[in-house]
Amino acid sequence: MGRYFAMRIGRAALTIVLVVTFAFVVLRLSGDPALMILGPEAPPEVLAAFRKAWGLDDPIWFQYLDYFSAIAKGELGRSMRDGRPAMDLVLERVPATLALTLPAFVFKVALGIPAGIYAALHRGSAIDRAVMMTAVAGFTVPSFVLALLLVLIFAVQLGWLPSGGQDSWRHAILPIATLSLGGAAVLARFTRSAMLEVLGQPYIRTASSKGVPWRKVVTSHALPNAAIPTVTILGFMVGTLIAGAVVVESVFAWPGVGRLLVVAVANRDLAVVQCILLLVALAMVTSNLIVDVLYGFLDPRLRAKGAHA
Amino acid sequence: MSAPLVEVSSISRSYSMRSGMFGRAAAVHAVDGVSLGIRKGETLGLVGESGSGKSTTGRIVLGLEPPDLGDVRFDGQPMAAVGTKAWRAQRARMQMIFQDPLGALDRRLPVATQIREPLDIHGLGTPAEREDRVGELLRAVELTPAHGARYPGALSGGQRQRIVLARALATKPDFLVCDEPVSALDVSIQAQVVNLLADLQAQLGLTLLFISHDLRVVRQISNVVAVMYLGRIVEIGSADDLFAHPEHPYTRALVSASPAPGRRSAGRIVLTGDPPNPAARPQGCAFHPRCPRAIARCASEVPTLSSVGGDRQVACHLVTGAETRDAA
Amino acid sequence: MVPLVSIQGLSVAFNGVAVLRGVDLALGKGEALGLVGESGSGKSVTWLAALGLLPRHAKVTGSVRLHGRELLGAPAHELDQIRGGRIAMIFQDPASALNPVLTIRKQLSEALALHRDLQGEAVKAEAMRLLNLVGTPDAARRLSAYPHEFSGGQVQRIMIAMALAGNPDVLIADEPTTALDATIQAQILELLSSVRREMGMAMVLISHDLGVVAENCDRVAVMYAGRIVEQAPSNQLFADPVHPYAQGLIGALPPLDGPRRRLTAIPGTVPDPARMSDGCAYAPRCALAAEPCGLAAPTLAPIASDRTVACIRAEASRRALLGTAAE
Repeated sequence: MGRYFAMRIGRAALTIVLVVTFAFVVLRLSGDPALMILGPEAPPEVLAAFRKAWGLDDPIWFQYLDYFSAIAKGELGRSMRDGRPAMDLVLERVPATLALTLPAFVFKVALGIPAGIYAALHRGSAIDRAVMMTAVAGFTVPSFVLALLLVLIFAVQLGWLPSGGQDSWRHAILPIATLSLGGAAVLARFTRSAMLEVLGQPYIRTASSKGVPWRKVVTSHALPNAAIPTVTILGFMVGTLIAGAVVVESVFAWPGVGRLLVVAVANRDLAVVQCILLLVALAMVTSNLIVDVLYGFLDPRLRAKGAHA
Repeated sequence: MSAPLVEVSSISRSYSMRSGMFGRAAAVHAVDGVSLGIRKGETLGLVGESGSGKSTTGRIVLGLEPPDLGDVRFDGQPMAAVGTKAWRAQRARMQMIFQDPLGALDRRLPVATQIREPLDIHGLGTPAEREDRVGELLRAVELTPAHGARYPGALSGGQRQRIVLARALATKPDFLVCDEPVSALDVSIQAQVVNLLADLQAQLGLTLLFISHDLRVVRQISNVVAVMYLGRIVEIGSADDLFAHPEHPYTRALVSASPAPGRRSAGRIVLTGDPPNPAARPQGCAFHPRCPRAIARCASEVPTLSSVGGDRQVACHLVTGAETRDAA
Repeated sequence: MVPLVSIQGLSVAFNGVAVLRGVDLALGKGEALGLVGESGSGKSVTWLAALGLLPRHAKVTGSVRLHGRELLGAPAHELDQIRGGRIAMIFQDPASALNPVLTIRKQLSEALALHRDLQGEAVKAEAMRLLNLVGTPDAARRLSAYPHEFSGGQVQRIMIAMALAGNPDVLIADEPTTALDATIQAQILELLSSVRREMGMAMVLISHDLGVVAENCDRVAVMYAGRIVEQAPSNQLFADPVHPYAQGLIGALPPLDGPRRRLTAIPGTVPDPARMSDGCAYAPRCALAAEPCGLAAPTLAPIASDRTVACIRAEASRRALLGTAAE
């Protein structure tokens, strides 16, 4: 079991290194930060001073190593815009994002999973078709379209809710609704197909042939098996809690991590972007680890494999 | 007696298999010192349960995987190195048929195209001649050109296996390895394919290695039958004689386990214990834990395949040991 | 005598395609009945339909009575008591027939709790007794194991233990040994016949393997394209098959001893259930088919006190068989 986790943790660390490297390469190669921050009209000597101050005139591999060793020491640098520690800037935005993504996560699960199970159990019925059509719509409509649609209906037409900002709980309703609907659609589709797959398995027929009432066949035979694939997508959703609301935050002018990311990318504020990417990578990697542990818990076949190690 | 077309000398093959995802690797002896000879135009049947190594033997004989030890000679020549020109020439003379014809065919191509494929690969004949040959092959397996235009999905299981057979015969091979070719088919269709295979063998002078768990089918088509258990041949002899008078306790159990209409199960030998596990091969005779007649010697000493008269060879202390005692 | 199970005119259609076309079958108390036929003949569907185990879109008509009580259309709670309690079933692929995420103990206890009213320690004791009965060594420890920790033969034993948990009157064994190796098949068949004797249970053995059915059953019904074409005591059926299809099946089986003969293969293939003619479904493949065979499907008619055949050419067929035997 120990070796199994050592492998997983090693893989997680490698993922983070790759993400950090990727961020560095993409941002550094796509434009000169000095020009982006100071503007094309800045005098050459100011640009040179800026570059020297931030180490931008060192060889690229030196910058990379320097940057990397700083990250390893936990120094994530300062924002090039206002000189504050990048991590502070990011962390102070996290609560605002979680205020949207956490309730949305709860709604996704509470809506998507039961809808998927119900649709699978009543396959081909009118309700199944309705659930699937809603799910496909929620799946294919991009979140900014959905967000604008909701704004148009509830803020512009009906005037019930504000269209942006963060002044009261009422401001959170539309962003949360946008996030929940899309996620619930994904979950409903996924749960439905996992459930249909399981319901077609011979052991379900075995349970029925033993005289187990159908309701119990579903709860104690089908659901534990259908949970295994569903956990994968749930894990992914947990991983997006911190930065999964980029589009929605932008549309609703919600001052969360996602919006910070958009601004930082536009400004080539390297340290902030890298900081967010690192945080996202950490969140994804952690949620993957949780999923792996849950797999072992849900599926005795995997547990046995771990135990042999 | 003609010379053997295929000669297999003490081939062995082991894999390292892990228990679980990160378990310690253990050597699994899939095939362990197997020797066989198949004479031109004859059929050697290879029977055994899962894990007996019969399919691995077939793959080694065909050069699909190399043996760790021992060698295979085809028509007096050693197997050429994979990828060489000599290898391609040799491969055109030997073909394989598997259990699952749907898996062996490409669902997206008409079957005639797939029968033609080996001709294109080996560059045999002009395009027109290849077309004729495809028609000829379809007729040989008792199908019509109309069948050739169809896709595998539009054919029945028996028809698909005929297509696979036609494709295997395209390069006019001398030698065919058939691995459970009729096991997935219903009895009535199975009989059609077995008859067809026998007819084609007689017409074309084919040499066959016929691998199956089904004793009846093996007996029907084979001249010589070898019985495998955990990677070794435990008994080999002429087909009719072997099934009529099995000597090895395992062969006896297999023959007695084969149900027959009109016979009640009285006197059946039912082996105790689980099926053999190649990853945990017992010491001595691999069969001894399940053998109803095992003695102390069986647990320590591996019996070798020895002649017990005629063309029969048996690897069992109880059978060959008795011979030695008689002689003494 | 009232039969234990009596099936009359049982028909099943999936999306308008008939796969079972009027099956009549009776099963006596303690009897071992074999059901043979090739894939698609309807031998499994017959019993899945009888027990209400087919998917909802299957259209099932006819009558299935257990002790005179109608099962088709019976309320769910009544069927749940019959399934596993009066009629138990085991299936072909033991590896996938047990729930992979539940322990053997959980799956065995479930059946015991449903049909035997056992609680707590008594459940465990009975589960262990059943595992011992079916020859699972080290039952106490094995109870907490999961299905993947057993070999195919062992899982089939556990399936049998589970089927016996409700003390059923009938065990339906649907191709119980098809996925198993020969020596393990022999073990399982031996086990089935010994538990059947001990518990005085009737058994329906569904198999494509004539030999398996012949050896383990008193009576055999041969199915073709959704109908029973011949029914006879098993020794008589194999010595003297009357329906041309039954003859064909037996002729297609290679012998294990005696002289080798060319197999008498049945030409053609099983008809597509979506494109079935009105006549005898076997007529297109039948060497004896005459004009009337294409007009209407023959019904099962007695040819002896305990034999029935659905063939208007039965007499000719019998003569042909005797003729070949005399040569």
